[in-house]
Amino acid sequence: MTGRSRENYNRNYIEYVNTFAPPTKHFKTCGRAFLVGGFICCIGQFLRYMLELAGLSGDMLAGTVSVILIFLGTLLTGLGVYDRIGRNAGAGSIVPITGFANSVASPAIEFKTEGYVYGTAAKMFNVAGPIIVFGVSAGAAVGLVYWLLGL
Amino acid sequence: MSELWEILLMFVKAFGVGGLICAGAQLVINLTDLTSGKILVCFMLGGVALTALGLYQPLVDFAGAGATVPISGFGYLLANGAMRGAQKGLYEALTGSLAAASAGVSAAVVFSFLMSLIFRSHTKHS
Repeated sequence: MTGRSRENYNRNYIEYVNTFAPPTKHFKTCGRAFLVGGFICCIGQFLRYMLELAGLSGDMLAGTVSVILIFLGTLLTGLGVYDRIGRNAGAGSIVPITGFANSVASPAIEFKTEGYVYGTAAKMFNVAGPIIVFGVSAGAAVGLVYWLLGL
Repeated sequence: MSELWEILLMFVKAFGVGGLICAGAQLVINLTDLTSGKILVCFMLGGVALTALGLYQPLVDFAGAGATVPISGFGYLLANGAMRGAQKGLYEALTGSLAAASAGVSAAVVFSFLMSLIFRSHTKHS
């Protein structure tokens, strides 16, 4: 078989296989992400109302809500529950702040066997490191621009 | 009665907006095969950019936790801290973003370390 006909053959085969792929893949995965992500945000909103009743407000309120959600995220990661949620929910469990907590706690626990310094502490920032690097850089840039505009 | 209705509506808005952000991220994953780390960075930077342009604050006012709980809300926190610091001076403009996000970062580091002391890896031992 020559290279060209082989290419055609492969393409035809892939198209043939794709006719069997469920056409609702996007709908299904995005729907799950929507439900799980929305649910986690509702937990955040619930905590917001509860803490508001407890007398918190402003930055402290927002900060405490994220601290509690991060605690829940790390706890569920430690119990092995979060990964099970993530297998079905996709982005619904990655994008909320609990997913950020999971991305810190998961390698921290996973690499514990390599010691606390080069295992837990170093690998903790596998995913969180880039977020902090780009986040702080972008934040400093925004601050600098706004400071220059305000001069 | 109207207050209860308002709280209920806020939950619906938080669910809708937060869910839509996650569904959008899922669509990006489906179409591009980006890894979760890159998705997080992209959405966080998106939050920073929208906040700097003044487009994210209205969303936060509208949807509350629906806009602050997704990772783009972390970007909102960073950019908002920097913008508030910029009104005081150059030093606060550069340190403001991490100062605003310090609660989240500290919590993630401290709790993760505590969990690593308590739990063992599930993938290796189950």
